[in-house]
Amino acid sequence: MNVAAAARLRGKDLVGIDPLSAGEIQLILDTSEQMREIAERPIKKVPALRGKTVVNLFFEASTRTRFSFEVAEKRLSADSLNFAATTSSVSKGETLIDTALNLEAMQPDFIVIRHAYAGAPHQLARILRSSVINAGDGAHEHPTQALLDALTIRLKRGTLAGLTVAIVGDLQHSRVMRSNVLLLSRMGATVRVAGPPSLIPIGMEKMGCEVHGRVEDAIAGADVVMMLRIQLERQGRMNFPTVREYYDFFALTPERLKLARKDCLVMHPGPMNRGVEIDSRVADGPQSVILEQVTNGVAVRMAVLYLLAGGHGEPTAD
Amino acid sequence: MSRLLIRHARVVDPSQRLDAGLDVLIADDKIARLAERIEDRDAGVLDGTGLVAAPGFIDLHVHLREPGFEYKETIASGAAAAVAGGFAAVCCMPNTRPVNDNPAVTEFIRARASEAGLARVYPVGAVSKNLEGGELAELGEMARAGAVAFSDDGKPVHNAYLMRRVLEYAQLFRLSVVDHCEDRDLAAGGVMHEGAVATRLGLRGIPAAAEEVMVARDCGLAELTGGRVHIAHLSTRRGLEHLRGAKARGIAVTCEATPHHLALTDQAVADSEYDTDTKMNPPLRSAEHVEALLQGVLDGTVDCLATDHAPHHADEKALEYDLAPFGVVGLETAVPVTYDLLVRRHKLSLGRFVALWSTNPARVFGLPGGSLKVGAPADVTLLDLEARLTVNPDRFRSLSRNTPFAGQRLKGWPAATLVGGKVVWRRERK
Repeated sequence: MNVAAAARLRGKDLVGIDPLSAGEIQLILDTSEQMREIAERPIKKVPALRGKTVVNLFFEASTRTRFSFEVAEKRLSADSLNFAATTSSVSKGETLIDTALNLEAMQPDFIVIRHAYAGAPHQLARILRSSVINAGDGAHEHPTQALLDALTIRLKRGTLAGLTVAIVGDLQHSRVMRSNVLLLSRMGATVRVAGPPSLIPIGMEKMGCEVHGRVEDAIAGADVVMMLRIQLERQGRMNFPTVREYYDFFALTPERLKLARKDCLVMHPGPMNRGVEIDSRVADGPQSVILEQVTNGVAVRMAVLYLLAGGHGEPTAD
Repeated sequence: MSRLLIRHARVVDPSQRLDAGLDVLIADDKIARLAERIEDRDAGVLDGTGLVAAPGFIDLHVHLREPGFEYKETIASGAAAAVAGGFAAVCCMPNTRPVNDNPAVTEFIRARASEAGLARVYPVGAVSKNLEGGELAELGEMARAGAVAFSDDGKPVHNAYLMRRVLEYAQLFRLSVVDHCEDRDLAAGGVMHEGAVATRLGLRGIPAAAEEVMVARDCGLAELTGGRVHIAHLSTRRGLEHLRGAKARGIAVTCEATPHHLALTDQAVADSEYDTDTKMNPPLRSAEHVEALLQGVLDGTVDCLATDHAPHHADEKALEYDLAPFGVVGLETAVPVTYDLLVRRHKLSLGRFVALWSTNPARVFGLPGGSLKVGAPADVTLLDLEARLTVNPDRFRSLSRNTPFAGQRLKGWPAATLVGGKVVWRRERK
């Protein structure tokens, strides 16, 4: 696949993978590779975003994604502010829009938002001057997760085009799955998704992937297997019977992994439920790149911040 | 006796299969005469040159929010919006606070409407007390006070036994029972049509089947009881097929379709990037349903059009898509949206278009009006089919602005509305 690299990102925001072109995705991944190098330095900090302010607006509990953004912001010398609200905006008595407008009145350059409801970043991006970065909105998108997954695969395999990637788990509620399907198919990979049929959303195939009920069919011959986290509170609610049965039919076990290519990468966006969707022998096994995903997350978020700030060329060390 | 003469209009009245250039003489509040040339020196004159004169349009399905939610709409503001949209009469749903489940509220609504003195406002009474789906509301008392139909609209009548009993009881008054067909378990907290668009947007879907199974149930209960079921805001292909089948068997079922379900698809949610003015219940459906519904309108299976005018305050709509309330306003956009779609694009005859907004809804609920025959109430909608205007919510008479049609340029707008022989609204000419 020959992709003409975009010189820069077109929009002021990153609300999802969906609005990105293949060229823009490639630009972010290329920039991320440069950012990775910064983490190897003795002084892990460049002045690229010095004087810029980033608000991390997290309406949903998150440790990993928020830390990852914070580390990325600090390595680029931006000033970070954290706003955590675990309750919905409405029960707090202030609307999302009012909260965002109040924060914007303090003139930040970026608002990184995590929200339990799909579309919240889009609604903010429409009215805010700051760059809005989606750090996960409901069951919709989690673009930086898909970008870090893609970076991880690309670093291991050199390319995304032509690979077969299986994504397995609770498809209905997964924003990680949606962003990954959009990104990987746009970059020329074949994407297969699988999970309990009661958790496969209608019209899934129209997003550009093959849909399987049996996990084995999705994994067979795959270059990458990406497992999704099952939310344990969904068991017994007519979605799937029990965690025990889930493991039996849908978990990535050493036996199932044998169906994939020998060098198949094992991925998981975390946090993992060991012994539920993934067997520890696989999660900790030689094919697992789960911790590398976390490392790459910082680089990808640095790249996104840097590019949205209008950066170009290599970020220089001072 | 006061007289008004509408001169040189194209009179389109499906109740007498009329489409001709005529003068219309109104005496007091009734149609007095129709003829090619009427001379009456004492009559006031309304120049109808270039306009269509139709029986006053009737909207069987609006929410006027009073009593209880006057910050969204009042009976006066809703009636003003109605006449500015070409409607001479509207039927208002009972989901107010307090609920219109007793004759006191029914009378209150009628008194308020008569103070406003604009559109005729016909109250729809609740099926169950406080819309709770438990005990029957005082149907007879409300009918006596002026209720023209019964509905728990906003909520489906979930209990089939209750639906059966209301269909039986309402026959005493020859009134229809209007059902919002939605299986709540299947809808499962969804916020838009279930399908590929919802999947891509990560929004919870309401499957078409949630409506279809309830339409099938209601057709079965209408057949069992002989009662009259009117299906509100039909939006699905199979729902339409159930109705087509029931009608063919002679069962007393009728249905309405809204302008937004005909003119928009679920793609509008994606295109607008989660604009909550695309959120309503039933949701905007996918193209296959919209095409089937349009076919149902064109072939006559759909009896009439209705807006489901559902005003909400801007603050309520300025929330996350999941949290914003369902509903859009419709009174001031319905005529141009449907004229543009049905007559201009799909070549429906003007007579049938007028019937969908006047003669047919009058027949469905057994209301006066829907006709310009001599002796009929002098409710007249004048249309300017050449007018080309842009939908501008800031100019709405409604207190609310939640329309998915803002900014659309449409051709074919109401020019004036007469109720009981009085010109209650006229478009200002620039």
